[in-house]
Amino acid sequence: MALALGGYFSSGSNIFTSSLITVQSWFSSRFAALQDFVTAPRDIASLRQRNSELEAEVSELQAQVIQLQQEVGETQILAALVDFSRANPENQYRAAAVIGRDPSPFLQYVIINRGSNDGILRGMPVVTDQGLVGRVDAVIADAARVQLITDPAANVNIRLQNAEEEASLVGSVTGDLTLELVPQDASLERGDLVLTSGLGGGYPPDLIVGQVVNVRSRDFDLFQQATVQPVVDFNGLQIVLIVVNFKPVDIAPLEPVP
Amino acid sequence: MRNLIAVPVIILAVILQSTVISSIKLLSGFADLPLVMLAAWALQEEVDTTWHWAVATGALVGFFSGISWPVPVVSYLVVVTLAQVFQRRVWQAPLLAMFSVTFLGTIVLYAISFMVLQLSGVSLSVTDVLGLLALPGILLNMLLAIPAYAVMRDLARWVYPAPEVE
Repeated sequence: MALALGGYFSSGSNIFTSSLITVQSWFSSRFAALQDFVTAPRDIASLRQRNSELEAEVSELQAQVIQLQQEVGETQILAALVDFSRANPENQYRAAAVIGRDPSPFLQYVIINRGSNDGILRGMPVVTDQGLVGRVDAVIADAARVQLITDPAANVNIRLQNAEEEASLVGSVTGDLTLELVPQDASLERGDLVLTSGLGGGYPPDLIVGQVVNVRSRDFDLFQQATVQPVVDFNGLQIVLIVVNFKPVDIAPLEPVP
Repeated sequence: MRNLIAVPVIILAVILQSTVISSIKLLSGFADLPLVMLAAWALQEEVDTTWHWAVATGALVGFFSGISWPVPVVSYLVVVTLAQVFQRRVWQAPLLAMFSVTFLGTIVLYAISFMVLQLSGVSLSVTDVLGLLALPGILLNMLLAIPAYAVMRDLARWVYPAPEVE
């Protein structure tokens, strides 16, 4: 006791404790390694299961994100169409989704999911918030076929907003719009806005069709021609509005027979 | 009863044509899935008759399309006729026959469509039709020919299984 109190055992005690700690550390690390070895397979299995659960959850969430993005896009389109219908209260509209296109590359038609059951009739004009799309060409109970204004057989009577001139707009197989029958003395310039004139009774007046982008005027021609850029993106058509209170007039019996 | 397989196949082909294929454009042309599938089916050795396929496909395409229904019906009947002629003469090289029928069938379809539209008063530019519709359409149909032939060959073997040899 006296020796211990006098500090004579301190070095021996230090050596003992350090050796003890070293041995304990060795045992501890080996035990931990053994424990890992014993429990690892079970952890991997549970981790794999958890991983697959999380992957499934991620896939589900990704699908939800895509669906929500699609719904946001549709909502934006519908909001724009509602704004358009509020801005034009003189017409009654019925919205329809584009569900297909014409199988023939020669024609520019789309198929919509509204038909005679929804009050759709042949000849009704079809628009979007941007402008004129075309008119209903054929109707069945739950679907209708719409002839776009870019169809080669389509012919729309139009007027130029600035020049107050009337002309005829025709489509083509490539989807380009050409302005024809513009008098040579008419002032036709790039950027002129093209609107429906309402002549012929096929379309209501003052619907926006497009803008003049290119004018071809030659002295020896009877009329000027112009290329028109449509305001509607016909390749991205998703939802359209049908003007259901417009009654088209068939003037065919009044046309002179050659 | 085996011919009833035509009903879902034709409906599926025309719906795919209207919703998907017609949106995948090269210039202004796109492939014609019903034509290619019809050609592939008609070239299968196991298949005995394809005339009703041609009429049904043409009628359904005519129902969807704004073009007069006789155009696809007649065009698809010509495609089947071509396929039967080529099947007898080029039977050792079915893919060559497939390409030939697809190429000629597409030309026939475009020629008939062009003539009918012209006769009905639609103004069409020959240059545009050739360069922007016909050539891209032929190219896309040829690209579609190989997978369509493989699918229809598997379908034909499933519908007409070979008799087991003892």
